[in-house]
Amino acid sequence: MLSSQIKSNEIVFGSCNKDLLEEIIFYGIGLGADFVEIFIENTDNSNVLAEEDFITSVSPSFGRGAGIRIFKEKKDGFVSTNDLTKHGLMRSVSQAIEMLDITENKKREVFNGLNKHRDYSLSKKKWINEIPSINEISEKLLVSTKSLKKNNKIITRKGSYSRNLQEVIIASSDGTYASDIRLHQTVGLNVIASDAQYRSSGSRRFGSSGMPNEFRLWDHEKAANDVFESSMNMLYADYVDAGQMPVVLANKFGGVIFHEACGHLLETTQIERGTTPFENKLNEKIAHESVTAIDEGISEGSFGSLSVDDEGMEPEKSVLIKNGILKKFISDRAGELRTGHKRTGSGRRQNYSFAAASRMRNTYIAKGEHSKEDLINSISDGLYCKSMGGGSVGATGQFNFAVEEGYLIKNGKLTSPVKGATLIGEAKEVMPKISMCGNDLELAPGFCGSISGSVNVTVGQPHIKVDSITVGGR
Amino acid sequence: MNSKEITAQISKAADFLNLKKWDYGASFSNDYSVQVDKGEAKQLKASQKQILTLRVWNESNLVGITTTSDISESGIKKALDQANIASDFGNKNERTEFSPLAKDPIEVKDAKKRNPVGIKKLLSILREAEVKLLESHESIKSVPYNGLSESFYERVYANSDGAFRSFSKSQAALYLYARAEEKDKKPRSSGSVKLGYGVDDIDIDSCIKEATNKTISHLNYSSIKTDKYLICFSPESFLTIINAFSSMFNARSILDGVSLSNKNSIGEKLSTEALNIYDDGLHEKNISSSPFDGEGTPTKRLCLINKGKIENFIHSESTARIFKTIPTGHAGLGSKVSVSPDWIVVEKSEENSDLKISLDHSTYQGEFVYIEELNAIHAGVRASQGSFSLPFDGWLYKNGKKISIESATVAGDIKYLLKNIVNIESSQEVTTSGISPHIWVDELSITGDA
Repeated sequence: MLSSQIKSNEIVFGSCNKDLLEEIIFYGIGLGADFVEIFIENTDNSNVLAEEDFITSVSPSFGRGAGIRIFKEKKDGFVSTNDLTKHGLMRSVSQAIEMLDITENKKREVFNGLNKHRDYSLSKKKWINEIPSINEISEKLLVSTKSLKKNNKIITRKGSYSRNLQEVIIASSDGTYASDIRLHQTVGLNVIASDAQYRSSGSRRFGSSGMPNEFRLWDHEKAANDVFESSMNMLYADYVDAGQMPVVLANKFGGVIFHEACGHLLETTQIERGTTPFENKLNEKIAHESVTAIDEGISEGSFGSLSVDDEGMEPEKSVLIKNGILKKFISDRAGELRTGHKRTGSGRRQNYSFAAASRMRNTYIAKGEHSKEDLINSISDGLYCKSMGGGSVGATGQFNFAVEEGYLIKNGKLTSPVKGATLIGEAKEVMPKISMCGNDLELAPGFCGSISGSVNVTVGQPHIKVDSITVGGR
Repeated sequence: MNSKEITAQISKAADFLNLKKWDYGASFSNDYSVQVDKGEAKQLKASQKQILTLRVWNESNLVGITTTSDISESGIKKALDQANIASDFGNKNERTEFSPLAKDPIEVKDAKKRNPVGIKKLLSILREAEVKLLESHESIKSVPYNGLSESFYERVYANSDGAFRSFSKSQAALYLYARAEEKDKKPRSSGSVKLGYGVDDIDIDSCIKEATNKTISHLNYSSIKTDKYLICFSPESFLTIINAFSSMFNARSILDGVSLSNKNSIGEKLSTEALNIYDDGLHEKNISSSPFDGEGTPTKRLCLINKGKIENFIHSESTARIFKTIPTGHAGLGSKVSVSPDWIVVEKSEENSDLKISLDHSTYQGEFVYIEELNAIHAGVRASQGSFSLPFDGWLYKNGKKISIESATVAGDIKYLLKNIVNIESSQEVTTSGISPHIWVDELSITGDA
């Protein structure tokens, strides 16, 4: 026993759980685990939906649970449970040990107890009282959807707000002992416009982390104008002709392509699977020299920022690509163990029911020296992708992204809007074709779904020019 | 607590809070899964999970909701309290009530509930499957995505009016995605998924064979010229398209203005008279079937398209009341109740004389594109506009030969696609998302690299 304090038989949030956590870890190490990691979570979430001029849904939710991971050599067993009692946690450890078939323990690891508690939540406990109330949220959402009612072609107006308050405790057999409170807020506006046989849609999403006042400061009028204009611009647009062409991708959410098509290939989980073409390319040129790309978790207020990752490591700023040269992979504990790439504070998970994995945080292409006009002026016949929709990357690296708002470029000028465009390619072929980067880097929030669930991220880039890419159309 | 005890606990806490009307849905699950990497266990997972969604009606008959994973006495009380607070914001314009069918008899299939085989057996089976797959062809170098899982769960619905339903079942899933590489060629990847009530029900050899065949058959590929082509959709790919545009049959989507249909679309001709589409959640081949929906309404077979015309919409309690019909067993449970299809069955109707029956994917000698599998559905479908642009795995058939297509997308409009169905083959195939024959469509745009 490490402490003479009376031990609690259950995890209590906001209290010191050191003795109980140590007991659980000792138990796992005693049974032969090489490494024991405990992640405990308590969530308080709210979603509010406004449709037309009414609030149509308010959905609070609460969750609590633990994810326990045991490593033995390079294997890991992960057990999640809603039972936060000592009995429940120990049963989970036993189950993980049993799954890994640890029966013989010749070389026992040493656990020297938990280090001093790193409490990142101290200044954040007041957040719960500072975040907007449901009343306040509802009122602002209704003003926002009202702002979208700009003409009779707008047939559907929606505003949605989501707030996730997550309290976490992280402890592991290397002494890691940390706790944190995380706050994410996101708000989105959507419209559908219609006129006779023509239909279009527009949407924008905004988000922040750790800023309880951010929703109050959100410029809903500007957002509504953007969404409205986008839907009107696209309402009568023709379908784009398919083919190979140069494109300019707008800043902010344009960065989703780098995130999906290249960023994921720089996660150590992809090395483990043998599914990245960049596995053996460290310090080699994989992109045009104009490209420098960064993944970090430290930009204040950004959607992918965090004080500590889900494995108890403070996030670092990782320069992934510098002037076209691959410099670093995004790594977590299992990634370091299995691939040798040092952890980067990128071990992330959706919640306690997922084991952490190497995941992006705020990922963006750094700004260059050109203006947006420089990029467009350099193209005689191509496509300007002002707003990107979603996309996906196949198992062998091909990507496919929908262009939500696109314009043809003719002789260096933006001309008519076009719809139905998709960008198709492969990261290793497209990265060397990013020949110009603008000087207008901006970030945009998003949700990334992958092996450890859906996590909050930021994507970003300045305007960039891709010399040639396949554009799908009709 | 078991489900009866939870119901009693909620009833007691609701009385304490003076809440007269409430309902809840709950699920309790135990899941086990394994992944392997070249013969070694990679990640082994187990989870015990409980989720409770509670709705309460306040004195103004407005609904509030809360979801929680804490089913302790205090957790239930807190959830009821929060739901009561949320009810102040309940939707005054669209009232929600209990389903009028929440006490009707439900059709519970023969309970094919299996016992857990345990992690060790899961691991042993998956290791063996990986080895067989790697040995099946020299070009298959790895199986980067693989998994074998078994789940055991119970679902419950109950309300303050005395309705109580529960059912429990088991389900197992195997997926194998192989990666093949040959010198001077791009790597190719494909796979197979199989479901069963238990691990012993899964046809593992067929999963291996399918993953091998699909992966290897794409090794010799060629780019395709951008143009319009005659298309043959595999059963799986056609079901993918129908599910992606199921908002056409969804009353919730119609009320929300995000459907291509409207309240008056019943009877609208969408396709050839030869096309019938049903939603049949209780179909004997549907491993994931559930005898009731989130509101306790019994699941049933429903005709969506009859001889090319829209026959029915799928409904929750509130949409059914607005449309002056009855709920169809497709609701979730929420403050705004979602509606979704269960298991789509596509059939050829008796009115099929206008079909070009010479179009058979196994014998037709003319040029056509065979779409085996559609990808990136969430990104490439604009359900509210009817358009799609989707990457696919498939082949170009020409002069009796087939060649895998390197990388391409198919684009179009769902109404155009349905109107231009030129053949519905006779034999149906069972997939993980429904049943369909091969479907032929004339003139869809393909974008390729050539």
